[in-house]
Amino acid sequence: MALLNPRQKELICKIVYYGPGLGGKTTNLKYIFEHTSPMSRGELVTLNTQGDRTLYFDVLPLNLGTIKGYKIRFQLYTVPGQVFYSESRKIILRGVDGVVFVADSQQERMDANIESLEDLQENLRQYDYSFANLPYVLQLNKRDLPNIVPAEEMKKILVLKGEPVVEAVAIRGIGVMETLKEVSKLVLLKLKKEMK
Amino acid sequence: MSFLVLYGEEYEEIKRILLQLKEETNSRIALIVEKNGQPIAFIGEVDGVDTTSLGSLVAGNVAATEGLARLLGEQGFSLIFDEGERENLHMTLIASKFILAVLFDKKTSLGLVRLRAKNAANRLEKVFKRLEEKMEQDKEKMGEGESPFEDISEEDIENLFK
Repeated sequence: MALLNPRQKELICKIVYYGPGLGGKTTNLKYIFEHTSPMSRGELVTLNTQGDRTLYFDVLPLNLGTIKGYKIRFQLYTVPGQVFYSESRKIILRGVDGVVFVADSQQERMDANIESLEDLQENLRQYDYSFANLPYVLQLNKRDLPNIVPAEEMKKILVLKGEPVVEAVAIRGIGVMETLKEVSKLVLLKLKKEMK
Repeated sequence: MSFLVLYGEEYEEIKRILLQLKEETNSRIALIVEKNGQPIAFIGEVDGVDTTSLGSLVAGNVAATEGLARLLGEQGFSLIFDEGERENLHMTLIASKFILAVLFDKKTSLGLVRLRAKNAANRLEKVFKRLEEKMEQDKEKMGEGESPFEDISEEDIENLFK
């Protein structure tokens, strides 16, 4: 649920990066953190296991700039991808304004992508959030690896509602900002429609 | 509706209640976050503190405790207390939607914070109720003028990324 504060002239939105374990959700946030001026972002907070896997969530506060005199602030969250952290994923999704699904392009991870996508839809249903109306972007990550599924084939399986698709190599920053831009656009245009 | 408007009048009142709570308890920071992690207001020694991250973590903490409560067959835990060597954090749930958190050190006591936080939570609950009613009655207006985003264009959004 976005927060509009006319006195402070700011709008704060919540974006969640969703997807299977080790798909590159945290890598997206790390790249954004490292390539944004410290004036435009807060700390990247990560709640990890000892093995450096996301345990609960990562969060990165980001100041995108101003529109019509309003400061646009996004809070970027990741969920833990591992299957058994389902309850944590549900908690993080609460009040979400937009979702980026980070799919792993490797052949052996296609089942995990499908399972995670079903998990996302089920968790949204439990909050009575409409997936059809949710600002949503699909990112096909790890496009630099040798054993990947062709993008067109991935789209046939994973595209659910004609959402924007971005091919990415998050570890090198390819497609990361483009993904953020796409989801920002969808979130702000949806709010524009609702606030009319 | 998928957004919350913090009208000026209510926002100022929330800040007044937080300031009073902070002063009465001699605590360092008093803050309100929405349960989903959206920061609403902060009062106190916030210089050098990443308030947005603080808000997100407070909300995450409360959400995890709620999950724990459900698992144990409890309705929920209405307050949470984290004790550190120097700093302590007291969190109270307001109307199941907002969290009042007070960060305090040895200059005050848990008993006093607990008592005053409970009073403040009751007052804040009324303000949030009024805020919700106002939003219902006044969906068209944004409190201090027309919707600021009525005429934003894709170009405005593109410019954010230049």
